[in-house]
Amino acid sequence: MRRWLSILLSALVSCTLLGGCHGSRGMAAFVIPEQLDESRTFELTFWAKNDTNKNQTKIYENAVASFQKLYPNIHVNIRIYNDYGKIYNDVITNIATNTTPNICITYPDHISTYMTGDNVVVALDELFDDEEYGLGGSQLKFDGVKEEEIIPQFLEEGVLAGKQYALPFMRSTEAVYVNETYVKKLGYDLPEIMTWDYMFEIGEKAMTKDAAGNFTLNGQKVMIPIIYKSTDNMMITMLKQKDAGYSTEEGEILIFNDTTKDLLRMIGGHAATGSFSTFQISSYPGNFLNAGQCLFAIDSTAGSTWMGSRAPLSDISPDKIVDFDTAVRMVPQFDVNNPYMISQGPSVCLFNKADPQEVLASWLFMQYLLTNEVQWGYAETEGYVPVTSKAQNSEEYQEYLSLSGTDSDHYKVKIDASKLLIDNVTHTFTTPVFNGSTSLRDAAGQMVESVVKSVRRKETIDDAYFDKLFKDMNALYRLNETGAVNTSKEDLGPLPPASKALLISLALIWAMIIAWYFYDQNKRRKAASKQ
Amino acid sequence: MKKTGSIVLITAMLALAGCSGSGSGSGSNSGGAPADINAKSEGVMTYAEYDAAALDTKVTVETYVQAKQSWWDNKATLYTQDADGGYFIYDMPISEADYGKLKDGTKIKVTGYKAEWSGEVEIVDAEFAIENGSYIAQPIDVTDLLGKDDLVKHQNMKVSFKGMTVEAAGKDDAGNDVAYLYNWDGSGTRGNDLYFNVSKDGNTYTFTIRAYLCNEDTDVYKAVEALKIGDVVDLEGFLYWYEGPNPHITSVTAAK
Repeated sequence: MRRWLSILLSALVSCTLLGGCHGSRGMAAFVIPEQLDESRTFELTFWAKNDTNKNQTKIYENAVASFQKLYPNIHVNIRIYNDYGKIYNDVITNIATNTTPNICITYPDHISTYMTGDNVVVALDELFDDEEYGLGGSQLKFDGVKEEEIIPQFLEEGVLAGKQYALPFMRSTEAVYVNETYVKKLGYDLPEIMTWDYMFEIGEKAMTKDAAGNFTLNGQKVMIPIIYKSTDNMMITMLKQKDAGYSTEEGEILIFNDTTKDLLRMIGGHAATGSFSTFQISSYPGNFLNAGQCLFAIDSTAGSTWMGSRAPLSDISPDKIVDFDTAVRMVPQFDVNNPYMISQGPSVCLFNKADPQEVLASWLFMQYLLTNEVQWGYAETEGYVPVTSKAQNSEEYQEYLSLSGTDSDHYKVKIDASKLLIDNVTHTFTTPVFNGSTSLRDAAGQMVESVVKSVRRKETIDDAYFDKLFKDMNALYRLNETGAVNTSKEDLGPLPPASKALLISLALIWAMIIAWYFYDQNKRRKAASKQ
Repeated sequence: MKKTGSIVLITAMLALAGCSGSGSGSGSNSGGAPADINAKSEGVMTYAEYDAAALDTKVTVETYVQAKQSWWDNKATLYTQDADGGYFIYDMPISEADYGKLKDGTKIKVTGYKAEWSGEVEIVDAEFAIENGSYIAQPIDVTDLLGKDDLVKHQNMKVSFKGMTVEAAGKDDAGNDVAYLYNWDGSGTRGNDLYFNVSKDGNTYTFTIRAYLCNEDTDVYKAVEALKIGDVVDLEGFLYWYEGPNPHITSVTAAK
C-alpha cells in the first residue's frame, strides 16, 4: 500500500512540476562564482539610453574605456537607445530567444515584465553582500560604492517582490520651468511652492487677447500658458497628493475612482479655454516656453538644458526665442505643507546567462557605473542627480553646484533643477511595481490626453463619458489580464480541463491518504489489541 | 531634434519601397485607377476644404498612400497625397494584415481629426477604408521656395530639391568636419536618424533621413553615409515640418 501510494504521489508531483514548466522561459538561478576567472575574455553587451545628448554617449564610452583599463579581458559593447520603450520592447523580444543584453538601462516597471520568465533577471541581494565582489568588495579594482552610500529612497525603488532587481543609475524628478517675467507682468509673485489653483488661475489670466486677436501678454497669436510633458506623471502625482487610489502594492487597480473624475474635470476645464495642453497634443513644453508662448512648462529635470531663453539646447530657431527670466519650481501641489513629487530616472538591471562568470563580469561593470566619475559626468549632462551620497557630497560635485550660472556647462536652470531633487528627496515617491504597472501608468496618462482632446473637439464630458472612458482604458490596456488585479469582479469563465483534472486528482489523492491513514491506524490498533 | 525617438516608439515593420537611391516619382495613375484623381466621393473634403478646416475638427479625405513610415502596436503613420496636397496620417489604428494591403499609390478614405504638432499638420485618431484607385505623385521641385513662406503650402507633399551642396553637419571626435550625423547632435549610432546640411544660394538647410521610413539598409541611408562635403546633389522626399521645414529625404543622387 505504502509503495503504491508513494508511486502515485511521485507521479502526481512530477505531473505538477512538468506542467509548471510548460511554456516557461527560464534558466537555472545564478550562483556567484568564488572567483572571477581573469584568464578568460568576456564580451558583454550594455544597452544604454541617452536623452539624444552627445555628452551622455561620451560618458558611457568613457566609462567603458576606463573600466576596460582595469579589466582588460572584459569588453563592453554599448548599444545606444534614445527611448526607454524601445529598450523594453527589444528586451521582451530577446528574452524569448535568450539573447538579452548582459546589462541594460531600464525602469523598475519594465523589470516586472522581464521577470515573467524564470531567473531571467538576476536578483542582486547576494551580489550586494558578496565580500569579494559585492558593493565595496575586497576584490574590486576600483573604488566601489558601499550599499549604505546609495541614497536609500533610490535604492528602495529597485526592490520588486522583496528582492533587489534594479540598481539606480541616475535620478530626476519633474519641475515647473516658469517664465517668471510674464508671471510678474500679470501681477503675481512666484511662491517657493505653487498650488495647482495658483498655476491655473494665472494660466487663465494669460489668455486675454487684444482687438487684433493677439495675446496681450506676448503680442503673439500663440499662447498655451500651461503645458505638461508626461501626463501619466501628472495624473499619478495629483492622485498621490490627494491621497486617492491608484493601485495597491499587490497590483490591485484603484485608479477608476471619483477623485480621478474630479481631476479630469478640472484639467478638461482649463483645456477648454486653451490655457492647458500636453506634449502629445501640442509639442515640447520647452519649445513654447522659449518662444514666450508658455508660462509654466512642466517637464523632467533631465530636460532642463532645453528650458529657458538662454538654454544651451534648443529646437527652435534663434529668432523665435524671447528673452525672459526662468525660475525652477517643484510641480504644483494641493497641500504645500505636505508636498509630493515623483522620483524617476534610469536604473540598471542584470540579465542572467548560462555562464555565471559572464554574469559576474557584468555585475562588476554595473557597479562601476556608480563610481564617482561616472556619476558626476552623467549627472552634469542634464538636471540629473547622482544616486550615491558619496558622489553627491564630494568636493568635486559640490563645486559643480556652486558654479551655477557661470557658463553653459553650469547652466543655472539645469543646476537649479538638480538642486530641486537633492533638497526634496524626502518628498519624492514612486508607484508600486507589478506585472501590469506599465499599462496602468499608460492608462493614467491616456485619460488626461483623451479628456483634453475631447474638450478641444467640443465633446460632452459627463458621467456617461467617464463611464465609457474607464471601460475603454480597462480594455485598451488589458488591466484585467496582466498581473494586476482589478477591483471590478469579472466572470473568469469555466476552469480549463487540465485544471479540473488536476483538482480532481488532488482530491482523490487526499481521499486516499486519509483512507490509508485510518486503515493503518485501525490495523495498528488491532495489532496492539492482539498483543 | 528631440522628437527623434520620443513620440513614435519603434517601428516593427518598415515600408522601404519609397526609399531609393534614384528618383522614384512617376506621377502616374496605376493599377486600374479611376481616370480622375480629383474626383471626391460624397461627404469627402477637397484639399482646399481640408486646408481651411479648423484644428481639432473632424475631417474626411480621400487620398493616396505615397509611403508608409511605420507600423507599431496596431498603428501606422503614412505619407499620403492627392492631386492638390499632402496629408500626414499619424498613428492611425490598423491591423498588421491591413497595413500589408497598403501599397504605394493605394487610395484610402480617411476620417479623423485635424491636428498640428510643432507646425506639422496631420490627421490623428483616424479611421480608414481602402478604395478602388491608385496614384503615385510626381515630386514637385520646391528648390526655389526654400527659405520662403510659400514653402509651407507644399507641406507633406512629395518634393524635390535640385543642385544642393553638401555642407558640414558637425565635427567628429578628432575635430574634423563631417557630412552627416547620427541623430541631430551626433549622439546616435548607425540605425538612428541621419542629419545632414545642404546649401543653396548661400543659405543652409538641415535635412533628415528618418530611420523609421528609410532604415540603414536602404540605398538612401547608405547614400547619405557616402556623402562628402562639397558634393552637389538632387534630393527627393516628403516635406515634413518640425518647427520649420524638416524634409524626410527618400532619394539622394548626384546632381544632373
